[in-house]
Amino acid sequence: MSKMLMKGNEAIAQAAIAAGCDAFFGYPITPQNEICEYMSKYLAKSGGVFVQAESELAAINMVYGAAGAGARTMTSSSSPGIALKQEGISYCAGAELPCVIVAISRGGPGLGGILPAQGDYNQATRGGGNGDYKVVVLAPNGVQEATEMVRDAFLLSEKYRNPVMVMADGVIGQMMEPVEINTDPLPKFEKPWAATGESQSRGTRNVINSLFLNPVDLENHNIALRKKYDMIEENEVQVDLYMMEDADVALVAYGTPSRIVKSAIEEMRAEGIKVGLIRPKTLYPFPFKQINAAADKVKFMLTAELSMGQMVHDVRLAVNGKVPVYFYGRAGGMIFEPKEISDAVKSHLGGE
Amino acid sequence: MKGRVTFNTNRCKGCGLCVSVCPVKLIELDKSTVNAIGYNPAYPAYPDKCIACTNCAIMCPDTVITVERLDG
Amino acid sequence: MAVVFQKTKGLTDTPFTYCPGCTHGIIHRLVAECLEELDLLDRTIAIASVGCSVMSYEFFNCDAIQAAHGRAPAVATGVKRVHPDKIVFTYQGDGDLASIGTGEIVQAAHRGDNITVIFVNNAIYGMTGGQMAPTTLPGQITTTSPYGRDVTKQGEPIRMAELMAQIPGAAYIERVMTADPVSVRKAKRAIKKAFEIQKNGGGFSMVEILSSCNIGWGLSPVDALKYIKEDMAAYFPLGVFKDKGAAQ
Repeated sequence: MSKMLMKGNEAIAQAAIAAGCDAFFGYPITPQNEICEYMSKYLAKSGGVFVQAESELAAINMVYGAAGAGARTMTSSSSPGIALKQEGISYCAGAELPCVIVAISRGGPGLGGILPAQGDYNQATRGGGNGDYKVVVLAPNGVQEATEMVRDAFLLSEKYRNPVMVMADGVIGQMMEPVEINTDPLPKFEKPWAATGESQSRGTRNVINSLFLNPVDLENHNIALRKKYDMIEENEVQVDLYMMEDADVALVAYGTPSRIVKSAIEEMRAEGIKVGLIRPKTLYPFPFKQINAAADKVKFMLTAELSMGQMVHDVRLAVNGKVPVYFYGRAGGMIFEPKEISDAVKSHLGGE
Repeated sequence: MKGRVTFNTNRCKGCGLCVSVCPVKLIELDKSTVNAIGYNPAYPAYPDKCIACTNCAIMCPDTVITVERLDG
Repeated sequence: MAVVFQKTKGLTDTPFTYCPGCTHGIIHRLVAECLEELDLLDRTIAIASVGCSVMSYEFFNCDAIQAAHGRAPAVATGVKRVHPDKIVFTYQGDGDLASIGTGEIVQAAHRGDNITVIFVNNAIYGMTGGQMAPTTLPGQITTTSPYGRDVTKQGEPIRMAELMAQIPGAAYIERVMTADPVSVRKAKRAIKKAFEIQKNGGGFSMVEILSSCNIGWGLSPVDALKYIKEDMAAYFPLGVFKDKGAAQ
């Protein structure tokens, strides 16, 4: 597929189709409706199944069923709808099912607003559902990267038998950018564990389940899940370092804010302030090691988020007290301008 | 019609449904013994009366009973 | 000498975890017998729900997926849409289907998904210790209606078969009971018909089965069957409420 100008939501949907998505189950919610609409129009043409479910809750349960039966499946929603999916996501994680959840985030809490925000970081990385589980969270910074991460998400989810979330702020969902979608076919993963029905000829019954009433069994299950998450943390961290080689100050940002921060870095560098950007591309697994290493070389760090401060706590954990970690944010759908970031950095550089 | 019922005694929970539906009243709960899962199991007290109607097997929630029809 | 009744291959060897006299045991067996007799075991995926029958995936001799409380019809839709040639059924109690799951059951029927729903209605929440269910009868005492169900505060019991029959997408809705050998045989015929309809692509089918919870009701197993026959069937009439395939 050659380069095309596409709206983020539509590009995400097309990338999923190109990655071999068998089934999409979704429900309308602003600002990701175009994903559902695009899927309803085009998914069947490549042999896939589209269902507009009666709710986000029903949709994630349809994903759970389809994934349990061996399909490559996904759903999409926005913040309040992702909140509804938490039960289903926990079930997918507990039953070790591969699936992709696209989250186009908007202002909260509650019904919130429809403009972009990053207030779901905690919900995504700490698991809004019950129990000890993790969802891999990929955070693109634009439409092109979003399409690459959707493809990555299917691969990772099937490699690890785990839900994977692609969390993009509403800006990315709605804006149009030139994009080239990878149409190479994704490898097909064998799924001998799937409940596809042929229990008799297979010789064993496949049961998809997260219930372990025996505490010995449930603890062992949790320990096994932890081992899986350890592997993910060891192997799947993705982070971008921009101008960090000589930086005195590290800015940490993801998604659209990372691009605004880059503009701020340009302005500050022109004034002689040596500032760089650490951009986590995976929010889980979080680049703790890389941020901790950077803390040896900078005076302080500052996270710039479209929230009241969520990723900042992970940065503080990573830095482990070596240097101060400050926060600058806007919420409710308000988006900061580069000057706000520059001003925030300067205010911490000793009131210049 | 003559029949024979066989009970998988250690699966029986002594619920008594089979006793209540046998038309010839041949099944009873054996109060003199307790099976492996702690119940007084049902058993054919008057086996010769069996007419292989399968009522007992149909009402048994635990598939304890096998029914045979004896020809001749 | 011929065996006229033996345990079906549709059940595993695992002993049921149900209380003595619980009609779940009968109903599981009827479903399993139908699947075996229709030669469907090798293409069936059971969707287990949450309630006393939460472990039904241990008992049915087929593939299974455990669903969250109330969500089994949505899970079934997910499976059936990606495997339209397989037999998919849910097995749900009255809390799962008529309380938390009313949205999912109505919408699955509304979509006309070609699945079968086995709805075990025993007018109580057995697994959690005997609380009131949406189908608990007026005046019936449960642990959350200790003075008897008060319809002015807790509403009238819900009649799901009637409600579902109104949905255009529902193809076959019947209510039966497991109160005695005659009604158990009739229940099996209804369950078999439902699976045959699915096998022939006939659409959404549901069999509501009036059943007992002798422990929750505080009755002996035999008296509990009487309660089904005399009290429950009086409020929840038996019969076929929808049959799209019936000759006009």
